Amino acid sequence: MRYNKLVMNKEKNKTYISVHNLIVDFTQINEEGIEEIKTRAIDDVSFDIEKGSFISIIGMNGSGKSTLAKCLNGLIEPNSGEVIVDGMNTSDEEHLWDIRSRVGMVFQNPDNQIVSSLVEDDVAFGPENLGVDPAEIRQRVDHALKQVDMYDCKDKGAHMLSGGQKQRIAIAGALAMRPDCIIFDEPTAMLDPKGKLQVMDIIKELNREGITTILITHYMNEAEQADRIIILKKGKVYSDGKPKDLFSNRRLIEGAGLEMPPLIDLRDKAGLPESATTLEDIICLLK
Amino acid sequence: MSIEINNLRYVYNPGMPGETVALNDVSLTIGDGEMVGIIGHTGSGKSTLLQHMNGLLKPASGDVFVDGQCITDGKANLVDIRRKVGLVFQYPEYQLFEETVAKDVAFGPRNLGIEGEELDKTIQEAIEIVGLNYNEIQNSSPFELSGGMKRRVAIAGVIAMRPSVLILDEPTAGLDPTAHREILSMIRRINDNREIIIIFVSHNMDDIANMCSRVVVMDKGKVSLEGTPQEVFAQGRLLESMGLDVPPVVHIMNKISDEVSGFYSSALTIDEAAKDIREYIKRKK
Repeated sequence: MRYNKLVMNKEKNKTYISVHNLIVDFTQINEEGIEEIKTRAIDDVSFDIEKGSFISIIGMNGSGKSTLAKCLNGLIEPNSGEVIVDGMNTSDEEHLWDIRSRVGMVFQNPDNQIVSSLVEDDVAFGPENLGVDPAEIRQRVDHALKQVDMYDCKDKGAHMLSGGQKQRIAIAGALAMRPDCIIFDEPTAMLDPKGKLQVMDIIKELNREGITTILITHYMNEAEQADRIIILKKGKVYSDGKPKDLFSNRRLIEGAGLEMPPLIDLRDKAGLPESATTLEDIICLLK
Repeated sequence: MSIEINNLRYVYNPGMPGETVALNDVSLTIGDGEMVGIIGHTGSGKSTLLQHMNGLLKPASGDVFVDGQCITDGKANLVDIRRKVGLVFQYPEYQLFEETVAKDVAFGPRNLGIEGEELDKTIQEAIEIVGLNYNEIQNSSPFELSGGMKRRVAIAGVIAMRPSVLILDEPTAGLDPTAHREILSMIRRINDNREIIIIFVSHNMDDIANMCSRVVVMDKGKVSLEGTPQEVFAQGRLLESMGLDVPPVVHIMNKISDEVSGFYSSALTIDEAAKDIREYIKRKK
């Protein structure tokens, strides 16, 4: 156990995903039949993601978040630059399946991600396609469903579930692939408050278990929970740092078209000093 | 203009193994020009209720009156009702289909038989009321617009039918903070300019607190709580037991009120809360 922990800690500082000068253009065919660049969705982006870390990517609609996410597991091939996942280049077709089974993805709309009518069949879909041994599939599915607290629903019809439950099944489906990393693309956008909290709790728990976590979100209270936030604006990295540092800079956050978390917004509007960064600080000031 | 709902009951799959009572004895009256928020946990019956308001679903028992006219007795002209009561579903931008913005917005009014100059005027007004520039955007493809703009075009398509009631199901879901603010100010503008009744369904308690004069809370197919945002969000425990929440700022103010003696605030918005804190500091001095 102790040995495992040491290995994990040692590995934690290792780069897992490395993005170098990434450029993605969306093109269109013009009236003369020539392909031309319409928008540069990702414009010279570079960063590294450490193994086991929890990173949040935020930015306005159209800032390139989802395009970037799709580059990270090779769903989109960049026009130039490269993405290296655990030593493998996503532009290298022979590694593509390997990369996609290591870097899982969970999308926004739970209804678009369920492929089977039964919960456990849906979770088994990924490993079945990889040709995993049936006994092993059984084990993986059971374990994944327990991780998202949906084991009791394994025999249920997927259409009977709430949005939050469907999203947990989608996460279980990604987990059954035994990924090193999961990218969550606005996973709570369509959920009610309770569903949002449950999904966020699962995301944090999976990260604690060692899964490298990338969370794309519009909710600042969710982004705040990551170790590190990357802000995108018009396809470029606008800012990159610890949540506490970014959210103490109003000009930076508002410049990216984003919002301050409620507590910090309240602090500023009430004229309290910037040194107060937590609710406890504010209570101390008022006492 | 008003909507009156009396003792509405609706059952999914009646007589089948999956029989579920989705609405149970729901009564509700909404008056002229009101902006009413409806909140409730997934499965509480919100969407089922909305679909009764323009006759998409027929109740097992009970009545719905729109503008004094009963729409549940089987005699009503449902086409007319659906024009009067515009329903904007979740993610309405998925329903855009035309080549240009103007054509997409024209689809509804054209089907009502509006033509020529009047049609052009209707389209222009609808596009402008959702906060877009008609001249710039009319010939663009709706699919080239940003997410927030697409959604506004889709809402313009409903506005172009000149409804007296506009029902918006989760109109801000999935938008970034800037687009989110723009949609809210658009809703206010529609409510002010046209005195349209707005029924606003959302999981975002901040939006409900900021926008609505009245809040209806649905739980297990019933109206479990109804009142001003102040009244409803003072019931934090009860809301929590129904899988709901209060706006984030209410959590903050409750915690401060508990810990700091002599401080009390029932603020629902950041601006009100900031004002209460400033006043408390002044008093203390």
